Parts: sequence; structure tokens; C-alpha cells
Amino acid sequence: MIQAPDLPQWAALIVAVLVLSGAAVTLVGSLGLLRLRSFYERVHAPTLGSTLGMTLIVAASIVCFSVLRGRLSVHEIVIALFLTCTAPVGFILLARSALYRDRAERRLSLPWDEEEEAGEMPGKD
Amino acid sequence: MRRWLPYPGLALALLLVWLLLSQSVSVGQLLLGSGAALVGTRTMAVLRPPRSRRVRLAPLMKLAGLVAVDVVRSNLAVAAIILFPRKGRVSGFVRIPLELTERGGLALLGLILTATPGTLWVEYDQRRRTLLLHVLDLIDEEEWANLIKSRYETLLLQAFEQ
Repeated sequence: MIQAPDLPQWAALIVAVLVLSGAAVTLVGSLGLLRLRSFYERVHAPTLGSTLGMTLIVAASIVCFSVLRGRLSVHEIVIALFLTCTAPVGFILLARSALYRDRAERRLSLPWDEEEEAGEMPGKD
Repeated sequence: MRRWLPYPGLALALLLVWLLLSQSVSVGQLLLGSGAALVGTRTMAVLRPPRSRRVRLAPLMKLAGLVAVDVVRSNLAVAAIILFPRKGRVSGFVRIPLELTERGGLALLGLILTATPGTLWVEYDQRRRTLLLHVLDLIDEEEWANLIKSRYETLLLQAFEQ
């Protein structure tokens, strides 16, 4: 079992700074969920946590366990890879379903949608 | 060969991820990883995705560098918007006509734009070849369209299209 007190002071300092700044970025992103006004604006906020926040915490983990075990620890990169590939898919699906609903309920009209409807009048296509 | 290993590149990538996850290159893990890679690629073959053409790596590397810088910059920009809301900030939709039609390239562009805070890929119209993008801090629509076309789309076209 490896213990955190085994970590030399210089490494502990780097790890602490990385973890805290990663957590701070993620916190600001979550704060955005409260502060921003519309649904589409709020989808932007959590991307802070899934990009910079995640990168900083993954970097902290790499430094911490590389120093503790005395060999390079890189499997944390897989976390970054998976998160980068999957998180945007979720955000895109959320935005698309919100847009679908807004269009169906006619709460949002984009200038291009009207143009499209006019173009799809019977006998035109 | 094609029957057993329909996507050699994908199989190799799966094996690498497996070895990274298990943090060992023992014979047992190599066998398990190869098994997982075989099953994974054969499942992929059942889905019959259209075969993508050869991808050029150099433009992709350059793109990765650009995206890394942009992600950090827009993280800070969006954090500033959340912490210090300023009056008069407008968010909204932008429609951007794209030349890129390769599915892999479009998927990558979707990942990049959505992973970058401040821009959100909402919808791609295949018939009109236009992308609907939501921008958190919309100042000039034209400028956003030009930025995305010149910064990302050109490189993606070089990487994916012939």
C-alpha cells in the first residue's frame, strides 16, 4: 500500500496546485449552470470541467503516482481520451433535443427555419 | 485477413488502450487485449460503417496543437463570463456552410467545437451542408464563421479529403 505522506514535499506542492486549480475550474463551470440564463447557454458551462478541469486533475494524478511508484504512470491518459470522446456526444444530444422541442412548441424561431419551411411548400421540391 | 481483422488500425488502438488500462504487457493481458480487439472490430464490421479513406496525420497533429491552445483560452473566457457577467453579452445561433463532407471529419469537428467551451455544435443539415452552432459570446456572426472555416475546416479538409 502506498501512502500519500511518502510523497516528497516538492511533488506534493505540484499535485496540490494542480488538483486545486482543476477543482476550481470545474466549480466555476458548475456555477455557470446556476448563473447562465437559457438552456443553450447552460450547456456551455460544464465543458469547463470536462476539458481544462479534467486535464489538470489527470495531470495531478500522473505526477502523484509517477513519483510514488518511481515509474512513469500514463494510464490516466485513457481517462482524458474517453472523456473527450464521450462528453461532447452527450452535450450535442442535449442541445439537439432542446432544439427539437423548442421547434415543435414554436418557442424559438431561427431566421433560417422560416426560409426552410417556405422552401418546402408543396410542388416546389 | 480482411475477414478476421476488418479494421487493423482500430484493433491495434483497442489493444493499446487495453494494455494501458491493465498497466502491463504480460502474455495474459496481451491475449485478453487481442481477444477484446478482435471482438470489438468484428462488432464494428457488423455496423458496416462506410470505409474512410486514408487520413493524413500531419494536418491532424497541427490541428491538435491549435485545439489545445484554443480549449485553454476559451476555458478562461467562459470562466470570466460566468464569474463576471457583463451587460450586453449576446448568445445565439450561427449557421455556417461547410465544405467538409467526410463523416470522420465532421465527427471530429463536432467533438472539437463542443469540447471547446463557448461553442456548441447543435445540428448538421446534410442536405444543405450547413452547421448550426450555438455561441455563448456572439459578437459578429460572420467572424465566427470565418474563424471556424479558416482555423479548423481547412486542416480537416487536408486531413480527410483527397
